[in-house]
Amino acid sequence: MDWYPLLNSLRIAAISTVVVYLLGIWLADVVARAPRVVKGILDVVLTLPLVLPPTVVGYLLLVLLGPRRPIGAWVMGVFGVRLTMTWCSAIFATVVVSFPLMYRTARGAFESFDQSLADAGRTLGKSNVWVFWRVKMPACRQGIIAGSVLAFARALGEYGATSMVAGYTPGATATISTTVYQLWRTGEDGLAFQWVLVNLAISAVVLLAMNMLEARSRSARVRGSAA
Amino acid sequence: MTVLEVDITKRLGSFSLDVSFSIERPDEIMALLGPSGCGKSMTLKCIAGIERPDAGRIVLGGRTLFDSSAHINLPPQQRHVGYLFQSYALFPTMTVEQNVRAGAAGSTREERAERAAREIAAMRLGGLEHHKPAQLSGGQQQRCAMARILASNPKLILLDEPFSALDGYLRWQLELELTDVLRGFPGGAVYVSHNRDEVYRMCDTVCVLDCGRSDAKVSVHELFASPATLAAALISGCKNVSRAHVAGPGLLACEDWGVALRTSLPVPEGVTHVGIRAHYFEAHAAGDVAAGALGGNAIPCTVERVIDSTFSTIVMARTPGGALLRYECEKGAWAALGNPAQLVLVAPPQTVMPLVSASNDKMNDTIAMDNEEIGGASHAR
Repeated sequence: MDWYPLLNSLRIAAISTVVVYLLGIWLADVVARAPRVVKGILDVVLTLPLVLPPTVVGYLLLVLLGPRRPIGAWVMGVFGVRLTMTWCSAIFATVVVSFPLMYRTARGAFESFDQSLADAGRTLGKSNVWVFWRVKMPACRQGIIAGSVLAFARALGEYGATSMVAGYTPGATATISTTVYQLWRTGEDGLAFQWVLVNLAISAVVLLAMNMLEARSRSARVRGSAA
Repeated sequence: MTVLEVDITKRLGSFSLDVSFSIERPDEIMALLGPSGCGKSMTLKCIAGIERPDAGRIVLGGRTLFDSSAHINLPPQQRHVGYLFQSYALFPTMTVEQNVRAGAAGSTREERAERAAREIAAMRLGGLEHHKPAQLSGGQQQRCAMARILASNPKLILLDEPFSALDGYLRWQLELELTDVLRGFPGGAVYVSHNRDEVYRMCDTVCVLDCGRSDAKVSVHELFASPATLAAALISGCKNVSRAHVAGPGLLACEDWGVALRTSLPVPEGVTHVGIRAHYFEAHAAGDVAAGALGGNAIPCTVERVIDSTFSTIVMARTPGGALLRYECEKGAWAALGNPAQLVLVAPPQTVMPLVSASNDKMNDTIAMDNEEIGGASHAR
């Protein structure tokens, strides 16, 4: 069995999770502190990929990034790099699709954050950056971790937008989900089933890890408040 | 030199804040006293730089922290103002030591660690350095927050109702401790509270906030002995107020009580109300003495209700004007009167406080309703 799709899926999901993590907490913090009207508009725009069909996301990405489209053509001209139909192209798709999961959980955590903690840090002379990374992020850790895990899981299982933007080339752009589809389509049911089992195993591990993290932080809280 | 000067305004929807006061001495503890929602915490946040006033000036020890006309608005980091939050705002993911060191002054890491260690020892938190805030008792949390503030070398300390989350014995214990800490602090302090007893015990001066507006600052003794405004009288615990106008030299016609009372206190311009504390009446059973023998300031009343309180007896009495008066005395004293149905309450002229109401009559209505509720419930005693 060729393990390339597993490797490819894991690296796409990993890179996309890092990107989504940084983008998600930044935008979540911006939106959580924005005035009401701006907040409403931004929130709709940023959550949209969650409810759009992945094929619509894929179509929009192709419209922007395709080799004869404005951004795609410009990057091609300047860097000589193709933005579609390479393994990296799938990252665009997974970032867009998994972003709302990170953004929404992080925003929820930020909104329930006790602002007086940040104010206390600032009156003690600490910079806003220090307050964000040393006080706010640790206090919101649970929500941030949950969002990252969900975003990773979603990126790993992305099919629709990925297949449109990156296509399916064995040994190049093939991911687990596109491989399962191709194998089933070409009648190789046995092999397809093996990849299904691999996918089930990864998903189970991810969810198990998330539940364990949650249980751990819950018991830490109980210990803390009981003392 | 003046420690702190504050003169700010801020609008928040229909609420408007208009506060001005100053702290003259570096060892002065000033209270901002007022009911909840009167803008006390907002004032503190403006001083600390957490909120921005619309206009005005804040000067701390000669440094301008905020000046709307000169476009100065220092960020909280540069103000050197310590802020004790109601919930203490300890960083929950850090240990006691990390919390205190976070704010510690010092140019090197070693200096900061040493400063933190010193404050931790001074606040008797030794041995708890590696505990998280959630593992501390309420008192230890407050001491940790004070250690963190003191380690940052503030020029001024702001305290936002530091005991509101506590009750009973612990609260008293903490009050004694905090008083000692504040007395030892070389800068000024602004203490926000709605509890007049706390303020009387802990503070030197007091500025009453009434619906977002500040009264003139007075000493705590003045506030309790001779409050100048209706708001000050009510917040200092005066239970009896009536609308009033001047009827002659030293004579006040009390509209709600239907009597005219003499006062020996100075009567200012524009008196709108009169107040008498519930403890200060002399009570006589109506049959015992002829009203004439009592001299002036005798108010004949009908006893509406007698309430047996913890350490005193509270009597609600109906005045000729229709409003209720509240009279409080020791239980024995009331028993000695023989539980009369008709009562004469005498208010000595030095206890009749002429008051000025700056704002509307809202507070007056509130207290009248308050008394009505206690008194009106039953006629069958």
